[in-house]
Amino acid sequence: MDDFFGIPAPLLFGQLLLGLINGAFYALLSLGLAVIFGMLNVINFTHGAQFMLGAFVAWLLLNFLGLGYWWALLLAPLIVGAFGVVLEKTMIARLYKLDHLYGLLLTFGVGLIIEGLVRNEFGSSGLPYRIPPELSGAWDLGFMFMPVYRGWVVLVALVACIATWLVIEKTKIGSYLRAATENPALVQAFGVNVPRMMTLTYGAGVALAAFAGVLAAPIYSVNPQMGSNLIIIVFAVVVIGGMGSILGSVITGFGLGIVEGLTKVFYPEASATVIFVVMAIVLLTRPAGLFGRA
Amino acid sequence: MTEINRRTLLGGAAAFGALPTWQARAQAQNTIRIGVLNDQSGLYRDTTGPGSVACARQAVADFGAQARGINVEIIAGDHQNRPDVGSNIARQWIDRDGVDVILDVPTSSVALAINTVTREKNKVFINSGAATSDLTGSQCSPNTIHWTYDTYMLAKSTGGAMVRAGGDSWFFLTADYAFGHALERDTSNFVRAAGGRVLGGARTPFPSTDFSSFLVQAQASRAKVIGLANAGGDTINAIKQAAEFGLTRRGVKLAALLMFISDVHSLGLETAQGLVCTETFYWDLNDQTRRFTQRVLPQMPGQFRPTMNQAGCYSAVMHYLKTVADMGVAQAKASGVETVNRMKARPTEDEAMGQGTIRADGRRTQPSYLFEVKSPRESRGAWDYYKLLQTTPAEEAFRPIADGGCALVRS
Repeated sequence: MDDFFGIPAPLLFGQLLLGLINGAFYALLSLGLAVIFGMLNVINFTHGAQFMLGAFVAWLLLNFLGLGYWWALLLAPLIVGAFGVVLEKTMIARLYKLDHLYGLLLTFGVGLIIEGLVRNEFGSSGLPYRIPPELSGAWDLGFMFMPVYRGWVVLVALVACIATWLVIEKTKIGSYLRAATENPALVQAFGVNVPRMMTLTYGAGVALAAFAGVLAAPIYSVNPQMGSNLIIIVFAVVVIGGMGSILGSVITGFGLGIVEGLTKVFYPEASATVIFVVMAIVLLTRPAGLFGRA
Repeated sequence: MTEINRRTLLGGAAAFGALPTWQARAQAQNTIRIGVLNDQSGLYRDTTGPGSVACARQAVADFGAQARGINVEIIAGDHQNRPDVGSNIARQWIDRDGVDVILDVPTSSVALAINTVTREKNKVFINSGAATSDLTGSQCSPNTIHWTYDTYMLAKSTGGAMVRAGGDSWFFLTADYAFGHALERDTSNFVRAAGGRVLGGARTPFPSTDFSSFLVQAQASRAKVIGLANAGGDTINAIKQAAEFGLTRRGVKLAALLMFISDVHSLGLETAQGLVCTETFYWDLNDQTRRFTQRVLPQMPGQFRPTMNQAGCYSAVMHYLKTVADMGVAQAKASGVETVNRMKARPTEDEAMGQGTIRADGRRTQPSYLFEVKSPRESRGAWDYYKLLQTTPAEEAFRPIADGGCALVRS
């Protein structure tokens, strides 16, 4: 059997694959963040809480309305996205003209409040949510056992990432959005309702977070702090990819998942910090991030 | 006309500032203050948190402190699982607020920090929530009582049972801080002593969300048992993902070395069934525990049944107040060491934890119970989660006093 630095090759392949799966979550979450920052110039620190809300809404739908995973995948992003629209209309929209810092503080505060409310209602240890029967089970890949559900996550995340990229880069709405980021006054002068577009963009970014939350519910503990554990890493992903760069955040998300996965084999103690080491190196050499425009 | 210069102004301000403190001191003289210091907002909130505060309050009510002329105040603090935050709160409580007892303190790293603070300030530290057996071993203190459980007792009961059932090769997933290290060390000792082998382990960052990498490593080691030397959300995630990766279906056994009933509640019986764990309290253990649970349940957040940590807080406050009633409030407030010595001199007894004794090294001993999680079909109602497999008597449940290396024992 071939060894790489004392690690058997099959184990290494397994870890690369698992890294890719975690990367799918990073990509999906950082995608929403990048969309929001790219279009609205708001650093959305509520993202982790909105991810968590997605998972909790899935649980509520199941336990109070009897609606299972597939319905949740559709409804939870809509419900949490609608909440995002309200949040943007009532609070965030007032801060566009101010420094980034205000948006950051507001969204950070709202995130803490949401987390606290959910914790008071449901406790901290979390709620059970099962893998849907259609996606349970595992494939034997020879070098490792691959749960069907994880394969599904990678697939769905890839589709969502590509779809978002297509919408923004290749459609008319996307071109309006990009134009509005460059010069909102001019786009408004052409008769495009820029404030409404901003609102819907924020709603869509939030819906992406909730979507990732539903995907995460069957495999991670559904608890109030599930978002805050992930969000710091996801912010690092966005910074490394280049703030606001959609392609950058997707590629970086998958890439860093792999880097983290490999660290878990060679030196597990550092797996929580390796992403920040990468971030420091990237910021020193390319301050705008790997795919960002300086 | 009186001329007000800067000095009189400053003096007046100083006197004014001192006034509330002075009043507080006068009041503090006949009031016992118990500070429940634990995780109110993170992953150990459900195993300790507001539930511990509710149990401590229940003890004050059940003891009838007011009727006996003892004023008891219970305050709560959130140490956020960080030793620096915990030490700061403890110092403030003792120096400024006149707190006499610090109670609960889950998270071993924080507990060890508080252990130093209370010793330095000569206050009482009753730990219910933390696991590390070092609290009554190398780090033991005359001001500290370790009430509910420890890593040695978990290792012996759960670890021993796994080895006896044929699990003689182990791989550890260890939370990378004082608690995880202590639990791994104590369990490894039992595994090796019973002729088993430890094939490897991974130190996982605390807290972690994704355990899949570590589980695949564990599987590659071909160990029969994966020892989970972690707690709370980490344990829940690891168990959930072990089921997802089909480890348990292929005959690998999980040893949840520290699992609470709130964790089982979170996992659901479907996922948790068949796991074994060790506790010193279960709400449905006997008539007494059921009576205690009925009383405290309305105050428990989310109607959660008390965990052993929370029940331990009840038991500890009960015993402490009995001792205070004996020796008098003023004397109890005067010296933490003296109070702890008096507490050690008498056996403990209450409805939640039954009977126990406190040894010279500060370890409280009582029987430990090995439980198996019921299957959904066996469970007959809400929170009916455990069946009792085995009881280890108090004398055997904990580390022999001579083996801990506690300086209090040698002297």
